[in-house]
Amino acid sequence: MNGSKIQSKTSKVVSSVILWILLIFFIMPFFIVIVDSFKSNAEIMENPLNLTAHPTINNFVKAFVQMNYPSAFLNTFIITLLSVLLITILSAMTAYYIVRCKGKTGSFIFYSLVASMMLPFQAIMIPLVSIYGNLGLLSNRLTLVFMYIGFGCGMAVFIFHGFIKTGIPISLEEAAKIDGATLMQTFFMIVLPLLKPVIATIVVLDVLWIWNDYLLPSLVLTQPWQLTMPLSTYSFAGQMSINFGPLIASLLLTILPVLIIYVFLQKYIIEGIVAGSVKM
Amino acid sequence: MKRNTKKYNLKFFLIFALPTLLIFILVMVIPFFYGLLMSFTNTNGMSRFSWVGFQNYITVFNDSRFWNSFGVTIKYVIACVILTNILGFVIAYLVTRGIKGQNFLRAAFFTPNLLGGIVLGLIWNFIFRQVLVNVGTKLNIPIFKDTWLADPDKALWTLIIVTVWQLSGYMMIIYVAGFTGISKDVLEAADIDGCNSLQKIVKIEMPLMVPSFVICIFLTLSKCFMVYDTNISLTKGEPFGSTVLISYNIYREAFNNHNYATGQAEAFVLFIIIAVLSIVQVHIGKKMEVEQ
Repeated sequence: MNGSKIQSKTSKVVSSVILWILLIFFIMPFFIVIVDSFKSNAEIMENPLNLTAHPTINNFVKAFVQMNYPSAFLNTFIITLLSVLLITILSAMTAYYIVRCKGKTGSFIFYSLVASMMLPFQAIMIPLVSIYGNLGLLSNRLTLVFMYIGFGCGMAVFIFHGFIKTGIPISLEEAAKIDGATLMQTFFMIVLPLLKPVIATIVVLDVLWIWNDYLLPSLVLTQPWQLTMPLSTYSFAGQMSINFGPLIASLLLTILPVLIIYVFLQKYIIEGIVAGSVKM
Repeated sequence: MKRNTKKYNLKFFLIFALPTLLIFILVMVIPFFYGLLMSFTNTNGMSRFSWVGFQNYITVFNDSRFWNSFGVTIKYVIACVILTNILGFVIAYLVTRGIKGQNFLRAAFFTPNLLGGIVLGLIWNFIFRQVLVNVGTKLNIPIFKDTWLADPDKALWTLIIVTVWQLSGYMMIIYVAGFTGISKDVLEAADIDGCNSLQKIVKIEMPLMVPSFVICIFLTLSKCFMVYDTNISLTKGEPFGSTVLISYNIYREAFNNHNYATGQAEAFVLFIIIAVLSIVQVHIGKKMEVEQ
């Protein structure tokens, strides 16, 4: 007994040591970005790994102005917020319809949506640009939101559907109906609040996807004032080439909002990832 | 009464299902079928077009650039799927042994997944181009003296390293859920029977975690097959086009060379490959599942 206790203690120490060494490799890139963003280009060329004795914020100023940070941030924020909000509400309503409706329509909609989850974006990308381009609908941020709803509703409906089917007792809704509640009242006041845990999952998955997405916005948005952060970071990087200081500062500026949110909400984000993947 | 239910059902459909359904049809269903038609024409997206039958698919199958990028993608996907899942599983195993600070460690290993492929690619581009070369020259490590990004044999490995670095934290989270789902009774019984830790992993924990493996392999497969952002921001397909993955190749064919139709045919080939692989993989996984 004593032997196995000692054994488990040494194995814990070994586990810890391996993990902390691995962690150093994992966070090294972040460390380099933070350290170098305060250095001049010459200092970075000289030694990219040390701390500088003369920190400067010039890199940040240049990046902030040239990548049009406030505009890019606001675009990303509004597009993500609107898309996620609409995906969540519309998908929850549709999933509710699919579970509660009588007849075949519901399951037909359900299977079409689930089948669409198999489709890689690349298979839709070219006709999408072709159709919406010919209709003159590209170069518009609302078109992008509209497309995100289309691409996001499959998974969201799928996850909501599983939860409503097993987790929401129909007796609650029947009681509300007897009390004279309309369909909308029943859904928004009784069903939707019960969906909170799944809503959290969908919000986490969709925010990470839309906030960081590059390919779809790069096809839809063309004007400089419409760009989201991944787009403006990429185009700024193209202009900077080997002017590393501002380039790295721009990367830190792009990462920062997400990292700050992660510090406060990491528990929910990780739970959301687990819940989302297990339901796949 | 009957008319009332009918009216109720119609209203229920119109308010709750129709908006999503319409958007879904406009964004996915119509483009999908339109794309299917496109792949049988010679359209370039703008001017008039005519039907060409299977010509685009024949062109794709005879296109050495397509097969080149297909081969590169297969190499990339195999390396990423294997390495990501090994590393993710090992980290998950280590952070479920009840050590101090394991919640912090889990959160920290997940961090790369908060960032998009563009930012990740740009950070690592700087590391491979500048940091490693600098360190390699100073410490006299031959393998790092020249940047890997300029070497056709090593450039693909930069993409693999970045992908594994990012995704193993994601898969770790899912494997952790798998480890914590194994009942303590089973493991205690194994202890009493005198199993050592290695026997416990191989004979008990791994078979019980088949569902986690199925999910993780499915996710890594589909994520890696569709990688685009990291590809353009880290290597841009260079040097000498040795790292053009299939998604990037489709993009270039359609939007740089303005061959919408052959690009679309390539995209459908990719779609079929992913669909077949995922179905086969999930099917095999389901067969291997064990009851607890």
